[in-house]
Amino acid sequence: MKKTPYEPPKQSVAGQIFDAFLMLVLVFFTLYLPLLFKLAGGGTTTTEYPNPTWEALGQNAVMAAQWEKLGIAPEKAATIIGTRFDYALNWSALALTVVIIVGYFVFLFRYSDREYRDVIAERFGSDDAPRAR
Amino acid sequence: MQNVQVASPPGIQAPKISLAEAPPVAAAAPARKIALLRVLGPGHVWALGVGIVLVGEFMGWNFAVGKGGPVAALTACWLAGILYTCVAMIDSEITSTVAAAGGQYAQAKHIIGPLAAFNVGLYLVMAYTMLEVSNAIVTGDLLEAFMANLGVPGTVDKRAFMVLTIVALAFLNYRGVLASLTMNLLITAAAFAAIVVLFVATQPWAPGAVLRHDALLVGLPYGSLGILAAMHFGLWFYLGIEGTTQAAEEVRSPARALPLGTMTGMMTLLIAATATWYVCSGLMPWEYLGQAVTPLYDAGRLTGNRWLEVFLFFGTLFATVASANGCINDASRAWFAMGRDRYMPAWFGAVHPIYHTPYRAIVFFVPVAILFAVSTPLDQTITFSILSGLLGYTLMALSIILFRRKWPLGTIQRGYVHPLHPLPCLLLLLLCSVTYLAVFLGYGTQLVAMMSFYIIASAWFVLHRYKYVRRGDQFTMHWPKPRGY
Repeated sequence: MKKTPYEPPKQSVAGQIFDAFLMLVLVFFTLYLPLLFKLAGGGTTTTEYPNPTWEALGQNAVMAAQWEKLGIAPEKAATIIGTRFDYALNWSALALTVVIIVGYFVFLFRYSDREYRDVIAERFGSDDAPRAR
Repeated sequence: MQNVQVASPPGIQAPKISLAEAPPVAAAAPARKIALLRVLGPGHVWALGVGIVLVGEFMGWNFAVGKGGPVAALTACWLAGILYTCVAMIDSEITSTVAAAGGQYAQAKHIIGPLAAFNVGLYLVMAYTMLEVSNAIVTGDLLEAFMANLGVPGTVDKRAFMVLTIVALAFLNYRGVLASLTMNLLITAAAFAAIVVLFVATQPWAPGAVLRHDALLVGLPYGSLGILAAMHFGLWFYLGIEGTTQAAEEVRSPARALPLGTMTGMMTLLIAATATWYVCSGLMPWEYLGQAVTPLYDAGRLTGNRWLEVFLFFGTLFATVASANGCINDASRAWFAMGRDRYMPAWFGAVHPIYHTPYRAIVFFVPVAILFAVSTPLDQTITFSILSGLLGYTLMALSIILFRRKWPLGTIQRGYVHPLHPLPCLLLLLLCSVTYLAVFLGYGTQLVAMMSFYIIASAWFVLHRYKYVRRGDQFTMHWPKPRGY
């Protein structure tokens, strides 16, 4: 037997505007602010090269010629060459990240399945007694 | 009535929605069949795939060099090729069977459930919007560099070009952009020609003449860990190739054309990516290449041929503008579809009375795109786009397991059945896990930030938004009841 169709409430215009604004705020706080405060992409180390030369920067003659063709002097190249990714693993941070990702997918599938049962019950009917929401 | 059929995008695929036929609110079940002509062959599928991904050869891929060195980047390119082969196989089966408008978003509604569909919709919107932002950044940087190389006096504020690109393309989309989407294919063909001409002009048959791998190519500056780390941007070589399967409803023989067109597209991109890598790594020191915003244009400059430089300038410009155009088109349609289903405020499900475009969804993301474009580094916006794609691929690998369990082979008609199940989905899950780790290396904060966004948005959907969704309308396919329900 098909479940009685659920009739959703009508959302006011003010409520819709609030919801839309909330999504913008969410994007701003979770994605933009970490970038603004330089919290993201910080996994690098920097080596200083006082009075850099191509030799000191580890560049051979061909490399040096290509840098110069690109209009980049040793002083500017030193900043690029001296910046390297830091791949020293922080195991606790890695474990936390794994928990977040796995937890997200577990919740996503479990809760989706709960909602999906409502959808199927309404569309096809359910063998189970309808659950109260 | 105008039927605005969305040709799929750079980035992950977006829903195909016939706006003229779209109801103002949630579609009533059963869905009205959208009549599309089955006229496409494998060649069209190939062109669609290559067309939507080609921008990745002009920018972004080279950050893989920065994360692991040139050899690591090439290895990551090939490993990512395996990941996308799995994606193409799985998506070919699902898309050729779930013939409902809406792409991955509709698939998630039918196979997993509303919360998953809500997340997939957000993946699409964020992946496209961040790709649009990346394209705008490259356009601004490219114009600034070109003006400087031409010797134009004074300074050019690249941010003005970034804003102009976003606003102008949003306006085109607002007015209805069917013609410019058609033009995208021609523009992409010109961009592809630029890569081929550059490859020939650097005389790869004569090592040392132009290309100096002997002096420029280094080994693995970060060791073997660099190969793992490079997988992060390795995805950029192919991100969006799965969009070919969106043509499922329009191909003459899905079972033949989809896998054939997609796989030949993959091979073409693999060859183009390898050629691009070969030329760039033979012209630039890896440290420069690893952070360049416009690597192919820079390669054109380094050949010393002024005409080639101009050609690569236009190739890069065409590729990025065409991609940004497609991104606005597809992000807005994904947002529109979510509004129509009330996953987002129904206000976004409106169609413009004259232009038949989802104008509110188009305008809504303009300030977001401008904010990120003028103040965010390119590698960060590309990372956001890649992460949204990666989450989608992970969901896809799990989705095919549910799909086969709920409707085993023989219970419904499938356009294409991918072989060796469950090997492709297990391999895909493994490679996705490797890529999460690759992103964690150097961009861990962004990974957590992106996950926080989706977790908070999911909580909002569960606690608040879902009450506005009509349950039964979320399933529109004429299939038997899924097993286990």
